[in-house]
Amino acid sequence: MIRMTDIHEAPPEPASIGAEQIEYLEQLARIRLSGEEKERTARDLSKILDYIEMLGELDTEGVDPLSHPVTTEPVFREDKAVNDDRRDAMLRNAPEHKDGCFKVPKTVE
Amino acid sequence: MIEYEAVIGLEVHVELSTESKIFCACPTAFGGAPNTHVCAICSGMPGTLPALNREVLRYAIRAGLATNCEITRDGKFDRKNYFYPDLPKAYQISQLYLPVCRNGRIEIGEGKNKKTIGIHEMHIEEDAGKLVHDPEGNCTLVDYNRCGIPLIEIVSKPDFRSADEVTDYLERLKTTLQYIGVSDCKMQEGSMRADINLSVRPVGREELGTRTEMKNMASLKAISRAIEAETKRQISRISAGKPIKQQTRRWDDDKGVSFSMRSKEDAHDYKYFPEPDLLPLRVSDGMIEEIRREIPELREARRARYIKELGLPEYDADILTSSFPLVRIFERTAGICGNAKEASNWIMTDLLKLLKDEQVAPEDMHFPEDSLGKIIRMTSEGVINRSVGRRVLTELFGSDTDPITYVKDNGLAMVSDQSVIETAVDRAIRENEKAVADYLCGNPKSLQFLIGQAMRHLRGKGDPQSVQKILFEHLEKRR
Amino acid sequence: MKDENILNMTALEVARAIRSGDITSPQATEAVLSAIEEKDGELNGYIRVFGDRAIARASEVQKQIERGALDYPLAGVPYAIKDNICTEGIPTTCGSKMLENFIPPYSATVVHDLERAGAVSVGKLNLDEFCMGSTSETSFFGPVKNPWDTTRVPGGSSGGAAASVAARMSFYAYGSDTGGSIRQPCSYCGVSGIKPTYGSVSRFGLIAYASSLDQIGPIGRDMLDCAAALNQIIGKDPADQTTIDTVPIDLSAASEFSGKGLRIGVPEDFFAEGIDPEVEAAVRKAVHVFSELGASVTSFRLPIARYAIPTYYIIACAEACSNLSRYDGIKYGYRSQNAKSLSDIYVMSRSEGFGLEVKRRIMLGNYVLSSGFYDAYYKKALQSKALIRKAFDEAFVKYDLILGPTAPSTAPRIGESLSDPLRMYLSDVYTVLPNIVGLPSASIPCGFDRNNMPVGLQMIGPYRSEQTMVGAACLFQRSTAYHLRFPEKRGEDA
Repeated sequence: MIRMTDIHEAPPEPASIGAEQIEYLEQLARIRLSGEEKERTARDLSKILDYIEMLGELDTEGVDPLSHPVTTEPVFREDKAVNDDRRDAMLRNAPEHKDGCFKVPKTVE
Repeated sequence: MIEYEAVIGLEVHVELSTESKIFCACPTAFGGAPNTHVCAICSGMPGTLPALNREVLRYAIRAGLATNCEITRDGKFDRKNYFYPDLPKAYQISQLYLPVCRNGRIEIGEGKNKKTIGIHEMHIEEDAGKLVHDPEGNCTLVDYNRCGIPLIEIVSKPDFRSADEVTDYLERLKTTLQYIGVSDCKMQEGSMRADINLSVRPVGREELGTRTEMKNMASLKAISRAIEAETKRQISRISAGKPIKQQTRRWDDDKGVSFSMRSKEDAHDYKYFPEPDLLPLRVSDGMIEEIRREIPELREARRARYIKELGLPEYDADILTSSFPLVRIFERTAGICGNAKEASNWIMTDLLKLLKDEQVAPEDMHFPEDSLGKIIRMTSEGVINRSVGRRVLTELFGSDTDPITYVKDNGLAMVSDQSVIETAVDRAIRENEKAVADYLCGNPKSLQFLIGQAMRHLRGKGDPQSVQKILFEHLEKRR
Repeated sequence: MKDENILNMTALEVARAIRSGDITSPQATEAVLSAIEEKDGELNGYIRVFGDRAIARASEVQKQIERGALDYPLAGVPYAIKDNICTEGIPTTCGSKMLENFIPPYSATVVHDLERAGAVSVGKLNLDEFCMGSTSETSFFGPVKNPWDTTRVPGGSSGGAAASVAARMSFYAYGSDTGGSIRQPCSYCGVSGIKPTYGSVSRFGLIAYASSLDQIGPIGRDMLDCAAALNQIIGKDPADQTTIDTVPIDLSAASEFSGKGLRIGVPEDFFAEGIDPEVEAAVRKAVHVFSELGASVTSFRLPIARYAIPTYYIIACAEACSNLSRYDGIKYGYRSQNAKSLSDIYVMSRSEGFGLEVKRRIMLGNYVLSSGFYDAYYKKALQSKALIRKAFDEAFVKYDLILGPTAPSTAPRIGESLSDPLRMYLSDVYTVLPNIVGLPSASIPCGFDRNNMPVGLQMIGPYRSEQTMVGAACLFQRSTAYHLRFPEKRGEDA
C-alpha cells in the first residue's frame, strides 16, 4: 500500500486522489465517508488539487515563508491566577459526564 | 562474545511553577476537585484563543541559560495535532521549528568520570489533561485541571550509556531547575517526567540500533530499573538473532517488566504547522541579560563557597547544596542565628534525621524557613538549652507554629533564677546521700548523676552551667 | 412614526432619531422584529431571533439613553450578529448540526463591546456551515435566499447578515470574513461591508475557521453606518494576542473626504477571463466616477493574483482541519447515538455532525499538512503569501487604494454552485487576496446587471487605511445612488 508518508519529493506528482488516499485521509481526519461521498470527494479533491498544483510554477527560491503578516509587539498576559470555576456551565454542554468529569468509553492503552 | 552498550537519550518534561496556566488565568495548583481549575480556554471551547503567560517565556529562557543553551531570538509556536480525550483542542501548542533554546549541556560525574551530556533543544508546550479509569462505570473520566499547565521539554542528545549516567543527569537537572526556581520538580506529583529512548549496539560500532521508547517515567528508581531491564531485553533479543521493533513500551515497575503498547498506526502524523493564534516571539539581548542576572549562584559555585568562605566540611557542603530547599533553609537559618557552622550542624544532624524518619523529600518539607534559625538563636542566647531546642524542633516540624511563641506558651524557657536552682540542687543532694558520698570519695560520674537529678526537678529547663556551678559549690561545702 | 419609515432609515439616522426623542429604541426594535416576522420565513437569514429579549434589552438601553448614561453613536439601534460569534447562554451553532445545541459559557469580546455601546441584538444570523461556502447554502438550518431574487443565493458565508441588511430585517449586522465572506455577500445583496485590517478586531469568541485569515467586520446600508459599526468593536484585546492598536474612523472627516489627489490603482488582472462583462462594465464605470471626482486612476499589473486561490485554499483548509478537530463529541456538540467505543465517538460523531463541504475542506487540509507534503503545499503557500505581501507593498507605494470587482459575477441561482466546488472556490478570486496578507478591504454597491442583481466594487487599502477607504467609499456614495436602492423598490426604479 502506498502511504502518503512514503512520498517525499516536492513538487508532488499531479494529484489524483484514489480510494487508498481517501482512506488515509479519513483516518487522519477521523471522518468516515459513505460510499457515494467517497467517490465524490475523491473526484472533487483531485480537481481542486490539480488546480492547486499551479502554485508549483511560482518561483519561490530563497523566499522566506511568511506566517504572520501583521505583527506587533505582543502584549503578554501577566502571571496572575484567577479561578473562574465554570464547571457546571461547561459540563452542561457535554454529551455525557460523571463525577464532575467528561465521560468517555474506556480508553485502551 | 560480543560486548554491547546501551545508547540512551532523554526527553524530560518539566512543569513550570508559574501561578497561572500557560494560555489562560486558571491556577496551576496541584490537586483540586476535577475540572475546577478549568475555563473556556483550557477546555478548548469553540472561539477561545491562547494568551501567552509572560513568565513562561522568561522561565524557559532562565532554564536555557542555566544549562548553557543558545537562546532563540525569533521563536515560534506550532500546533501538534492528534486526537485523544486528554487534549481538548485536539492539538497541543508546542514548538517544533524554532524552539526557545538549543545546544546546551550539563556536566555529570566526578573526577575522571566527568562527562558532558548535550542538550539538543528545549521547547515550551502545554500539558494535557488526565484520564482516570472508573471501574464502577467501566468508563474513562476526563479531568482538565492539568490541561494548559506550562511545560518545558528538555531533549538530550543520545549521550548516555548507563542508568547511572541517566539518574546523575536527572538529579543535576532537577537541582539546577530548583535552584533557578522554574519548577519544583516533584516527580511523585508528575511535575517532572521522563521519556527514555534506548537502543543497544556492539561496543565500538558507530551506527545506532533500533530504539524503543518508554514514556512518562516518574521516579528515579523506576527509570534506573527500566533502563537496566530494557538493555538486557534488547541484548538478549539481538543475541538470539531476533529483531528489535521500533515501538513505545510501558514500564510496569511493580512487575519489573515492560510491555509493548498497542501501536497506533496513524498516530505519527502530527501535521505540525505554525500556530496562527500566537505571534512570533521576539527575544532581545536586553531581555536575555535581565534574565541572566536573575539566575542565582548554582550548585558548584555555592558548594565551593560554603567550603572556602563558611569553613564547612566538604561533606556537609555537598549535602546542603544537593537540593535547593536545603540551601534556602540553610542560608535562612545561618542568617537568623548568625552562625553558619551551627546552622549546618543542626541541619546535618537533626533536620535531615527528621526528613529521613518521616520519609519527606526536602522540596516537600512543610516547615517555615525561619523556624530552625529561631530555635538555634534561642539556644545560643540561653533562652532554652540545646536538648529543649531539639525537642522544639521535633515537635514543630511540619507545623506553622512560631518556635518563640511555642517556647513561651509551653513554659520551656530556661530557669536561671539562682534560688530556684538552689532549691533543686538541695533536693538532689538530700535525696541522694550515696551519690554525694561517692562524689566526695572521688567518683566524678556521680556529679553527672546529681546534675541529672537536679535537672529533673527543673523539668529539663535549668541552665546547665548554673546547675553545675551551684551543685559543685554545695558539694564542696560538705567536704 | 410608521414602522416603514423607521425601517428606511440608516443606522446612524435611527440613532439620531432615538437621541432626539423622535422614536425610541423599543420602537425601532419592534419595527425590525415585525420585518423579520414578515420576511424571514422565506429568506431564512436568521437562525435565532430574540423577540421579547430584544425588546427588554431595548427598553433598558432606552432608559440609559434618557438618563444620559449612554452616548455611543449607535446606542439603541437594533443589530444582528452572525451565528459563529459566541453569546453567553445563547446557542451559537456555526450553521452546523455539530453545534446545534452548543451554549457558550462565555461571550465574544465584540459582544461585550456591543453591550457596552448600547447596541440591541435582535438575533443570530444564518451562514454557511462553519463559514465554508460562498453561497450560504451549506447551513444545517437551510439555505439563505437573496432578497433581490429568492431563487438566487445571497452569497456567503455571511449570507444571513447581508440579506438581513438588504431586506431591512436589521439596520446593521456583523459578519466574519475569511476569504470574502463579508464582501462577496455584500456584493450579491447590494449592501456595504468592511473586512478590517487583520488584528483590528478581536477574534476572541469568533468560532475559528482559518485563524490567520478570519476577521469580524460590519455590514450596513452605507459606508458611514459600516464605519460607525466598526468603531464599536475595534481595539487591542488582551484575550487575542494578534490584535493591534487601531484608531477609530473619524466619521465627519469621512463625510468630507475629497477625491482630489487620491491615487487609485486598478489591477488589469482582475478583468481577465471569467469575469461577467456586465460586472466588468459596472466596475469600470464606478472607477470612472472616481476619476471624475478628482482621483488619478492608473491601470497596473498584479500577476501574483493568479496564485491567490491555491494559496488561500491551502492555508484556509490546513488551519480549518486543525481548528475543527476539537469537535469530537466529548466536551460539547453532537455525539452519535450509535457510538460505542472511543474511536466510534470520534469517527461517527464527526461523520454525522459535519456536512459534506466541511468534510471536503477538512480532508483537503489533512492532505496538504500530512507528512511529506508540508513543504510542497503549506510551506509553498506561505512563500506565495510572502510574495503577495511584497507585491502589495510595492503597489501601495504608488496607490492609496486598489479598486476592482468584488466577485466575477452577480448572485448565481440556488443549487448552481454546490455541484462544482472548484467553480465556487474560483468565485472568491478577488476577495481572498486581502485576507491572505491581512489587508483591509471593503465592498460597496456600484451597479446592477440586466436581471437587476447588484454588482459590488471591491476596495483594498494598505494596513490600517480604513479611514481613507471609508472616506473614498462615502465620497462615491454621496455621488451615486446604488446603495439607496433596495429589493422592494426594484419595481419602482425599473
